[in-house]
Amino acid sequence: MARKGEVDADTRLGGVYVGSLLREQLWLAVRTLALLVVTIGSLPVVFHVAPGLASVRVGPVPVAWLVLGVASYPLLVVLAWRYIRSAERNEAAFAELMDEVER
Amino acid sequence: MDAAPAMVAIVLVTVATLALGAYGLRLSRTTSDFMVASRAVGPRMNASAISGEYLSAASFLGVAGLLLTFGADMLWYPVGWTAGYLVLLVLVAAPLRRSGAYTLPDFAEARLGSTAVRRACSLLVVGIGWLYLLPQFQGAGITLSSAVGGPDWLGSLVVGVVVLLNVTAGGMRSITLVQAFQYWLKLTALLVPAAVLLMVWLGDGRPGATTPAGDTFPGDVVAWSDPLAAGGPQGLYLTYSLIIATFLGTMGLPHVVVRFYTNPDGRAARRTTLLVLVLIGFFYMIPPVYGALGRVYAPELAASGSDSLVLELPGLMLGGLGGQVLTGMVVGGAFAAFLSTSSGLAIAVAGVLSQDVFTRPWRGRRLSGVTGFRAGAVVAVVVPALVALSDSDVGVATTVGLAFAVAASTFCPLLLLGIWWRGLTTAGALAGLLTGGLGSGLAALLTLYTTQNDGWLDVLLRRPAAWSVPLALLVMVVVSLATRRTVPTHVTRFMVRLHTPEAVALDRG
Repeated sequence: MARKGEVDADTRLGGVYVGSLLREQLWLAVRTLALLVVTIGSLPVVFHVAPGLASVRVGPVPVAWLVLGVASYPLLVVLAWRYIRSAERNEAAFAELMDEVER
Repeated sequence: MDAAPAMVAIVLVTVATLALGAYGLRLSRTTSDFMVASRAVGPRMNASAISGEYLSAASFLGVAGLLLTFGADMLWYPVGWTAGYLVLLVLVAAPLRRSGAYTLPDFAEARLGSTAVRRACSLLVVGIGWLYLLPQFQGAGITLSSAVGGPDWLGSLVVGVVVLLNVTAGGMRSITLVQAFQYWLKLTALLVPAAVLLMVWLGDGRPGATTPAGDTFPGDVVAWSDPLAAGGPQGLYLTYSLIIATFLGTMGLPHVVVRFYTNPDGRAARRTTLLVLVLIGFFYMIPPVYGALGRVYAPELAASGSDSLVLELPGLMLGGLGGQVLTGMVVGGAFAAFLSTSSGLAIAVAGVLSQDVFTRPWRGRRLSGVTGFRAGAVVAVVVPALVALSDSDVGVATTVGLAFAVAASTFCPLLLLGIWWRGLTTAGALAGLLTGGLGSGLAALLTLYTTQNDGWLDVLLRRPAAWSVPLALLVMVVVSLATRRTVPTHVTRFMVRLHTPEAVALDRG
């Protein structure tokens, strides 16, 4: 039976195919979010633990303003772009898998 | 402040909005056009429209004012509002679009097959929408009274009327055009004065901040530059609760979700979201300039009502014609902010009200789709406009933060579990929505109507997201597991629909 047929007929094998795509995408999402948490999300803790950082300046500008107020946005864009590339790769792999005909 | 440039700006923005709306009216015909612009919207236009709608009074005025008064820990508002889109992208964007539902209640019903959950979601959409519309009307009142000198209620009235006209006339189609235009308008209106004022500051010889008398102003630059709320562990809690609310609340906002469905497919939905991140990220780099300049040139505003900082700073720093032109620009931009967000919210709430309330047969008759939508629009706008008339001390950005907290505590768990977990049941969803809704709703009421004291209980109740989101999630999971026999039978087919790319020809039920 073709793989698409397995999925359409809701067989165990079909469930494995869809389930593995779902898990792959979910894992990718979790990894991306973990990066978000560890970079931007850790800032409050970092400044709590090292309060001296608040007085560090880069030129005339205190570092918190630069890191949080400016640099965080490009970082978010980069994370998003990398996520989209990987997610589309996962989907392309799934599409290829579905198109293969069992011999 | 001289009223003339502000009046001109307000009139121009209003006229342009209505004109674009009228143009859209010629294009829209059926209810489908009304609701989701017939999916004929390209990604760049869509991204501009989403961004235009998303950047509300809180983004345009509130953030700069909060930055002036409280410093770098207020940066979590704009960073959170942007990061929320990343969270939306990775967890929700493509599956939600593929589900084919128009609104969040639609999604809930498609996923679970339950009208009870649908009704609960509709209630929440209306509640969150009202909570988000309230600060828009308040902001309009502030803008008008600060710019033109009229009473606060006049601003609410004007915005309410214009939004009503726009929404009832053109529905979703006209709004897309209007929103796209308004992103670029708002960006220009905030960016150009900021650039000019920076040059004025440089020309003045880069003066430093002066500290006025009174203890509401953080004269200490170090404390002002700490991205952490004051108060040790309480400050850490407050900051993280805000982060959780904003990161997780975006996906649950009615005007965000509704605009998603105008993408042609799941892939386009993701790419549109990326563009939105670029557009709003760029915008959010600008308010700190106003906050920093405010410390130097308008420190007294920190105590007296910082929401008007952006409106007043150009006039304070630059006299004469230049100041007037810049003031006109920021007033125009602020007004555009209220109009676009209010329109988007009104559409979302009106859509839900019309589907679930106004087009139901009543005593044997029923309203047509379009009339039902218009009735919904009236209800969506009038209620928060009336509430805005009551005097509230709570700032615009704070009230918006409350809407995020409710969205994060209710729709985020629902979307997360509904999209990624087969095991969600109706009972689980209802229990979770109730828990999250009550917890965060209570917090909203407390914040709006009582004064703050410093105890831990008060802190926990006012910024509930850090506990209400995990609690709602937990309740949803536990109750779903307890009722696992009632998992809907069509779940597998639905999961195929949500997660597999449209190009693969599978049975999607």
